[in-house]
Amino acid sequence: MSFTFAGCKKNENGANGGDVIKLGEYACLTGLTASFGTASHNGAILAIDAANAEGGVLGKKIKLITEDDQSKPGEAATIVRKLISRDQVSALIGEIASSRSLEAAPIAQQNKVPMVSPGSTNPNVTKIGDYIFRVCFIDEFQGAVMAKFCLNSLHKTKVAILKDVRQDYSVGFAQYFKDYFTKNGGTIITEQSYSSGDQDFKGQLTSIKAINPEAIFVPGYYNEVGLIARQARELGITVPLLGGDGWDSPTLTQIGGPAMDGNFFSNHFSTDDQAPVVQDFVKRYTDRFHREPDAMAALGYDAARVLIDAINRAGGVDHEKIRDALAATKNFEGVTGSITINKERNAEKPAKVLTIKDGKFHFYESVSP
Amino acid sequence: MNQFLQQLINGLSLGSIYALIALGYTMVYGVLRFINFAHGDVYMVGAFSGYYLGGWLMRAFGMHSSITLGMLVLVGSMVICAAAGLLIERLAYRPLRNSPRLTVLITAIGVSLFLEYSGQVFFGPDPKPFPAIIPNKEFLIAGLTINSNQLIVLVVTALLLVGLSFIVLKTKMGMAMRALSFNPTACSLMGINNNVIISFTFGLGSALAAAAGILASLNYPVINPLMGLLPGIKAFVAAVLGGIGNIPGAALGGLILGVAETLIVGYGAKIHVPPSYRDAVAFVLLIAILLFKPSGLLGKGQVEKV
Amino acid sequence: MLDRSKIALIGAVIASFLVSQFIGLDPYFSIVVINIGINIILAVSLNLVNGYTGQFSLGHAGFMAVGAYVSAAITTFGSTKWFQWFGAANTLNTGAFFVVALLAGGLAAALAGLLVGVPSLRLRGDYLAIATLGFGEIIRVILQNTETMGGSRGFSVSSIYTNIFWTYSLAAITVYVVLNLVNSAYGRGFLTVRDDEIAAEAIGVNTTKYKVIAFVLAAFFAGIAGGLYAHFIGYLTPEGFSFMKSIEIIVMVILGGMGNTAGVIVAAILLTILPEVLRPVQQYRMVIYSLLLIILMLTRPQGIFGGIKRPAFLSRKKAASA
Repeated sequence: MSFTFAGCKKNENGANGGDVIKLGEYACLTGLTASFGTASHNGAILAIDAANAEGGVLGKKIKLITEDDQSKPGEAATIVRKLISRDQVSALIGEIASSRSLEAAPIAQQNKVPMVSPGSTNPNVTKIGDYIFRVCFIDEFQGAVMAKFCLNSLHKTKVAILKDVRQDYSVGFAQYFKDYFTKNGGTIITEQSYSSGDQDFKGQLTSIKAINPEAIFVPGYYNEVGLIARQARELGITVPLLGGDGWDSPTLTQIGGPAMDGNFFSNHFSTDDQAPVVQDFVKRYTDRFHREPDAMAALGYDAARVLIDAINRAGGVDHEKIRDALAATKNFEGVTGSITINKERNAEKPAKVLTIKDGKFHFYESVSP
Repeated sequence: MNQFLQQLINGLSLGSIYALIALGYTMVYGVLRFINFAHGDVYMVGAFSGYYLGGWLMRAFGMHSSITLGMLVLVGSMVICAAAGLLIERLAYRPLRNSPRLTVLITAIGVSLFLEYSGQVFFGPDPKPFPAIIPNKEFLIAGLTINSNQLIVLVVTALLLVGLSFIVLKTKMGMAMRALSFNPTACSLMGINNNVIISFTFGLGSALAAAAGILASLNYPVINPLMGLLPGIKAFVAAVLGGIGNIPGAALGGLILGVAETLIVGYGAKIHVPPSYRDAVAFVLLIAILLFKPSGLLGKGQVEKV
Repeated sequence: MLDRSKIALIGAVIASFLVSQFIGLDPYFSIVVINIGINIILAVSLNLVNGYTGQFSLGHAGFMAVGAYVSAAITTFGSTKWFQWFGAANTLNTGAFFVVALLAGGLAAALAGLLVGVPSLRLRGDYLAIATLGFGEIIRVILQNTETMGGSRGFSVSSIYTNIFWTYSLAAITVYVVLNLVNSAYGRGFLTVRDDEIAAEAIGVNTTKYKVIAFVLAAFFAGIAGGLYAHFIGYLTPEGFSFMKSIEIIVMVILGGMGNTAGVIVAAILLTILPEVLRPVQQYRMVIYSLLLIILMLTRPQGIFGGIKRPAFLSRKKAASA
């Protein structure tokens, strides 16, 4: 083992001296949440390859060093230390899951390496320190958006919640939805739950049906939501289902079929948005990966682009300068909307509520709480 | 009352899927006395073979969802998985025939991880919609909902239960299987080729896993490389609950588990058990039953030989 | 009088102290080294149940979780009180605080071990395995529903105390306790339970007592390992203690050769380093890892060191190198 020990001191000047700019990415390419990690990773690759094709940044090519954390707790902390101390990356991209970002962020902060999370929506992530950023909105915001939409646009005040207790995203999103909803005159008549990987939700849905809610809030991920919608319709539940960005994937309507029609979810972007930056992204993503991009892919793409833009403005790979440039990001034209990084280092952008009709997502309205 | 009956139907339909997977588990255990950890992953392979086979039949021959297509896919996947099971047994388990059981268990864990992760690499990690190879029809009887796929699962489980019992109890092969599970050495002294019996058991067990995979995917039409993980554990629990190695026990254990889980979700709140404790309740039930009947509901207590 | 094993123990503690104080390790390297140490504690303690006593526990990650959460709760919620009582934080009282938290975590896990040990008296083999798996999963579900500890959203541990000194001193103590126990006249009882339970009872060995002791002691050390893990990774989620974690530890025990502490230590080292070495192949990493696992079991079915009879003094030496 001594060779590893000797090897670690070798590349002292690493990234700064070379002719490439190294970015580190930790993502879940295998394991339970691999489908989200892979999408976000693909998005990041697309952004970096595009930048390199245009000559790179500051005359240097960008090299993305990706490590797989297997969706396993404990791995992210190891990987980020490796990326920082071995690969001497200039900045970090990751993770989709908040729990793993929360593991890695203190290390990035301690080493003063800027980190941009594509999809961690837990408010605590960026509270770790001033080197931690994100390009998505937070649970609190999205929860309030959907609660407001439900109350003001749909005029539904009696709602049932069906959340995934194994996903921190789902639990947090449900909590903030409930907070806003009950504070503004709504009532949550029941809270049911399931665990990711479950396939049968009829027990929960039968209980929900018995108390006649006006809508059901399902803050889960698309693989389960598709099944939930089907089983709800089978049991004769006709009220709309509401959800968030975890729903966004072309697979959702393939699984749910007609059962998905008439439901609503909040999202970062919509593929029928005619803005050139969105259309260009959708086309290139589909060409390269032979599938339509989902929200995670769009966020991975934006995370990498915001970071590249910041490095460009920083004029070098000095960690502190990149940090300052990231913090100064303003009206950046992202696929997921115009991104402005606020004081809490979160992306400020309006959420879009989409509805589903004939298996397609359609833009319904923009909501800001 | 209506709600309770609906919950009962939900529970039985969920339980019959557990039962179906548990049957394969218990078959292999009954003969070899070892937990085939990779069973849940063979179930996944079965679902994926169905996905590709069904898609191919629909594209290449323009077949539409029908009972014929369903049967073709079911049989095809069972054959593919039986072959896979034989291959796994030959390569990974047979060389360890005389090793401690725990060694084989670790190898089985290795096989399980191998199937899961190579599945993620080759099939891709994202969930895939399973094609509707058999048309689904919903029935509404007195306010209760049940669909044809749920009925198919129940019927197939019942048929397999009878079929397996027949094989094990009435055929020569079955007699050899029982002999082997009783005493492998004496069995081979009686002129039985143990390897053939074990291969047969494995092939049969894997075919059962494939059948479960296809039928489950009809009911829950989304598949992914890790789909076998949770049902695998649940089915294992069901098999132990019923008395592992006992075929009717596996079916009974599966049904009990399914009904218990559904009832906790439906009525747990009334006895101050929040529905989020559902996964724990299954295990509490299991432990409670094992404490009173350590060899499972239908299992025979083993007499210690001195 | 100091015997050789005590000298080895003290040597290991001093060595780990010197390494942590005077050798500046690369952060990535040191995280791997600490991971190895924690895995050694987990595997060696599980070996007491699965290897020496011949019981089959699938719930080790559950005990680790209890230790991790209890000790993390103490250092996070109790730090203000502690430093009020014992003065401003310095190396000494911080260390003492950490030891108290670890011990509390270990004791809580031991209590959980007692709860599992009692039903284990009635269950054998696969039934015991599934019951312990159940206990592990029950603990995970309870944690998922414990809002004060963050539930599924996870819990941020306020202080990172774990370093090479703590990890390896505790690993050395674990190895020392387990080896001395099973090599003592009293500890031979564990082996008799494994080798032939009926014969053991016939010659007057209280098998029940040995099983419970094995469970409680193994759970205690798993709890300690959990505490170390919590104050090293800094963020706890119930998902980290699912039964896959138990499986990882069992693989170390069996690959090392059941009831062979030296082998188990080597297996813990190997199986912690292997995934790191395989990093460059990315997604194929676990595919190759699982293949290697199968091949290792096929070529060394008794475990890496299983079946090799060692002279007694060698086991002492291994304790030192840990």
